[in-house]
Amino acid sequence: MKMTKTFAASAAALFAASAAFADCGIQGAGSVRILSNDFEALRIVNDVAMSCATDQVKVTANATAEHKNIQGPALTVNPAEYTVAVVANNSIVPLLNDGLIRPLDDLVAKYGASLQPNQLIKIDGKVMAIAFMGNGQHMFYRKDVLEKAGVAVPTSYEEVLTAAQAIKDAGLMEYPLAASNKPGWDLAAEFVNMYLGTGDEFFAPGSAELAIDNDNGRKVLETMRAMTVYMHPDYLTYDANELNKLWDANSVAIMTQWGSLAGAAIDPTKANPEVIAGTGFAAAPTIGGGSVPAAALWWDGFTIAANISDEDAEASFQAMVKGISPETVAANADVATWLVAGFEPGPTAVGVIGNASGGARAYPMQPYMGLLHTALSAELADFIAGKEDADQALADVKAAYDAAAKEAGFLK
Amino acid sequence: MPHRTFLVFIAPSILAMVLFITLPILSVIVQSLFVQHEAVLITVENCTPFGCEKETRVDHAAMQALREERPLGQFAGFANYLNRNHLAVDEIGAILSNNQGFGDTLSRIFNLPFYRALSFTLLYCFVVTPLAMALGFAVALAVNTLPRLMKGPVIFFSLLPMIITPLVGSLILSWMFNPSGILGASLQSLTGDPGLSLRASPIMTWIVLLVYGIWTNGPFSFVVFYAGLQTVPQDTMESARIDGANRWEVTRFVIIPHLAPLATFVALVQLMDNFRVFEPIVGFSAEANATSLSWLVFNDLVGQDAQLFGSAASTSVITIAGVLILLAPVLLRTWRDFNRKAA
Repeated sequence: MKMTKTFAASAAALFAASAAFADCGIQGAGSVRILSNDFEALRIVNDVAMSCATDQVKVTANATAEHKNIQGPALTVNPAEYTVAVVANNSIVPLLNDGLIRPLDDLVAKYGASLQPNQLIKIDGKVMAIAFMGNGQHMFYRKDVLEKAGVAVPTSYEEVLTAAQAIKDAGLMEYPLAASNKPGWDLAAEFVNMYLGTGDEFFAPGSAELAIDNDNGRKVLETMRAMTVYMHPDYLTYDANELNKLWDANSVAIMTQWGSLAGAAIDPTKANPEVIAGTGFAAAPTIGGGSVPAAALWWDGFTIAANISDEDAEASFQAMVKGISPETVAANADVATWLVAGFEPGPTAVGVIGNASGGARAYPMQPYMGLLHTALSAELADFIAGKEDADQALADVKAAYDAAAKEAGFLK
Repeated sequence: MPHRTFLVFIAPSILAMVLFITLPILSVIVQSLFVQHEAVLITVENCTPFGCEKETRVDHAAMQALREERPLGQFAGFANYLNRNHLAVDEIGAILSNNQGFGDTLSRIFNLPFYRALSFTLLYCFVVTPLAMALGFAVALAVNTLPRLMKGPVIFFSLLPMIITPLVGSLILSWMFNPSGILGASLQSLTGDPGLSLRASPIMTWIVLLVYGIWTNGPFSFVVFYAGLQTVPQDTMESARIDGANRWEVTRFVIIPHLAPLATFVALVQLMDNFRVFEPIVGFSAEANATSLSWLVFNDLVGQDAQLFGSAASTSVITIAGVLILLAPVLLRTWRDFNRKAA
């Protein structure tokens, strides 16, 4: 089944590619070497870019989940191992910190006619990346289960809790909620999402001083723990991929899950038909009377390495612009929430677009945000497991973050 | 052998050991004494598809100049070792000087990441090593009594836990222990408790990890002890039997003393291995309830977006020191035996 889907997707990509092949027309010669994360939308972009290869232009792509760990060293060497690094809000930061990517203003002026203004990621006035898709965690819910329990689709985490109680009381599901609470990146992302929803800042303005030890921080932690009451006892071992399996097993009614996994949840060739029929998507719930969806907005985009020749940079930029062209997007509309001109959002894009139009905030790009994410990922485990209180958890996070930030030179 | 010939023979190994063991360890030790340069921060306007915001970022040019001047970063002495994410000297001091009794002290110390990891690492070492050796020895004794024809296949099956890659082995077991997996579901129906989950409570998680450790480490002891059993002098065995010793007495008074030096060797290797426990924690998704020193290094390096090389290096050096301390008694004994024999 999976084969068929991959086949169909690559066939679609090839179709888009061959349609585009005639006018791919990269000017000049050079070598294009792409490094990206490994999921379907990025594979399609890579495939289209690779179809631009000619006698003068060589194109190779490496799609790997380890991209974050190899991009730094690979772009530091001169000439860089890769000419293109596909990044997101968080993974662009180390590249910016070390000056490993080049400004793209000239290239945009020359070859970027098909790009929309909102695709340009500008840092200090200079275009440093070209975004092509949006992502984020949003609400998955079961229309049928909510209907049977007699509750409306929740729009806030407080309503999520009432709905969960109603579902449990009606005997429909034992554990109606799920979240990616596995200690590590996932658990920290849950906290970041909800804290963004409170409208508060993570750091004191203009400094690396942590500022989450406040009522909003405690409110977020209390909500996270209140939800665990309605979760399977194994909730500490679930990451995002595991959530989709629970969803497909018909055992969860409401969860916050990645937009990029929405397609798989209602894929008629793979998923459970009963679950597909009942599944609905919506923006992430608000928290604590906040007005914006409590979820971070993410963008995926490409950057061009600094340590490469200008010819390679020009060829790379043109190949990637072709990879994310409106034709590619038109042929693969249901794969991602594209930020490209002419994209018609399908049912799986509802959640991410709902987050964006509801005013959700982007995942912070501060250089020390990664350190906070690491501190959260290890120190929240005890709290979520019910072994310590919120004050202790926030104090632990601050202590762990301070130690790491001192080592990284952000705090004295 | 003349000293010259000996040196020529051993030179390539010494060179390889210096290149691949000594130098990397020295580099890790040096790394652990440094922290990164103080970041030069500037505030800039960032625009993304979701709007513009004033955000802080690192001034790359200024950092470049600092790094060229001193590529290792700022010298910090033992700051990496003593901070809260490692030995936490200040925090321990505060806890010891102001606490509400022994239980409170203990729970606050184990709330610190390093001590939490150390406690599980040591428990794993001291539970898994002897039990895995006992299991290996028992299997070796059993296999040794089998008829020749059956020995081959039985040895192969007994070695399977060691042949399987630890990460893969722990993943497979973790799925079997999942409430919808074969072991998890069977346990639920046997105990009649539909909420029973081996991955939910810390104690259960620890037991599963320890059992996994014994299962995966048993075969190594088995192989070594089985080889050792082939060298037990048959005439001693025979005379013991003629003297009326039963099977247990033969084992206790002939076989075990004969295998004792081997047991030292196995214990050394296993202690070293178990002190570096890592794969089962990842495989069983047990990070919430059990961490180890190696897991701390992993978390510093590849967990997230920012890498902490100094922190990872100091945890590694502490791990090496820990292995040395663990092995010290055994090494000392071997050294004394060696001297006694030489004398």
